Amino acid sequence: MTESLFEQYAAAVRSEHAVCLVTIIHGIGLGSKILVRPGEPVAGTLGDSELDRVVERDALAELEVGRSGVRNYGANGQQRENDLTVFIESQAPPPFMLIFGAVDFTAALADSAKLLGYRVVVADARPVFATPRRFPMADEICVAWPDEVFDQFGDVLGPRDVVAILTHDNKFDVPAVTRALQTNVGYIGVMGSRKTHDGRTERLREAGVDQAGLDRLRSPIGIDIGGRTPEETAISICAEIIALRSGREVSALRDRTGPIHER
Amino acid sequence: MKDILDDLVSWRQAGKRIAVARVVDIEGSGPRDPGAAMAVNEDGEVVGSVSGGCVEGAVVSEALEIIDSQSRRMVTFGYTDDEAFAVGLTCGGTIHLYIEPLDW
Repeated sequence: MTESLFEQYAAAVRSEHAVCLVTIIHGIGLGSKILVRPGEPVAGTLGDSELDRVVERDALAELEVGRSGVRNYGANGQQRENDLTVFIESQAPPPFMLIFGAVDFTAALADSAKLLGYRVVVADARPVFATPRRFPMADEICVAWPDEVFDQFGDVLGPRDVVAILTHDNKFDVPAVTRALQTNVGYIGVMGSRKTHDGRTERLREAGVDQAGLDRLRSPIGIDIGGRTPEETAISICAEIIALRSGREVSALRDRTGPIHER
Repeated sequence: MKDILDDLVSWRQAGKRIAVARVVDIEGSGPRDPGAAMAVNEDGEVVGSVSGGCVEGAVVSEALEIIDSQSRRMVTFGYTDDEAFAVGLTCGGTIHLYIEPLDW
């Protein structure tokens, strides 16, 4: 017996593959559905092969940007006609957060990232620190140098994804930042005091990072909410990530001067 | 439906009749985006949400009716629409829901 559409939908969502469920919610063919997955044939039908073809194309475009919404079509997929209304429900795979440095701040940030729905990878070259016991919430732990980590994940990083570099040690920070800047990742945050930031900026310039690259960095990482603990710092970082995505003005630590913590 | 998927799967395995309500469109201010979903089973158990708690009670009655009739339809909640239900969103927005049995 073939799997029902619901079972196919559930399997795709659980395996974190991109999938669109399209349902006719008004008009001809009410309740008919198709399942659209990139690189796979459409499952189900909306009742007309031309309609299926047009809606599949539109659904793939919506899936690309992770957007859900309604569209109207003619009975055979004509644009600007209103025989039927479909609802396109996009389930994009979860975005990535790649955290460098297996420190206390990492555990708090990884917890917050899971709350926001990220797939979290913790990377550190030191096997003593990068353990599942210390980071049970991480989806994956990479005991590796930044270059190896980017060899593995660099190509999949896109605008919805995050790189957070919490090592504040130039030996790790410089290669991690340099490689992160070569990806399309949406957010690159780098931790450290003002002094660490200034020293690191010098090292990055020496390593060939130009001003456009430096401007892309959120360094020091986070917004200015006066957070102190690892948990408060994690909230400050996540708030900056959300604000960058939504294009809102916030008081970012990188745009201010003076000490990060009040004495 | 991602958030309520585990419950849907287990209800279905238990042979329960289920209705699923999904936010498909919003006008003005609305607490949940298109795609937000809640589900009700024949025993009246509820998972998920489609607003900030403003219309969930009314959605449960609609969903139970849909489980009985095995029909499917759009339902609108809000103050701005003449055909809107008496229940509205305190934020003043209008939400369009699509409710159907999980029979697919």
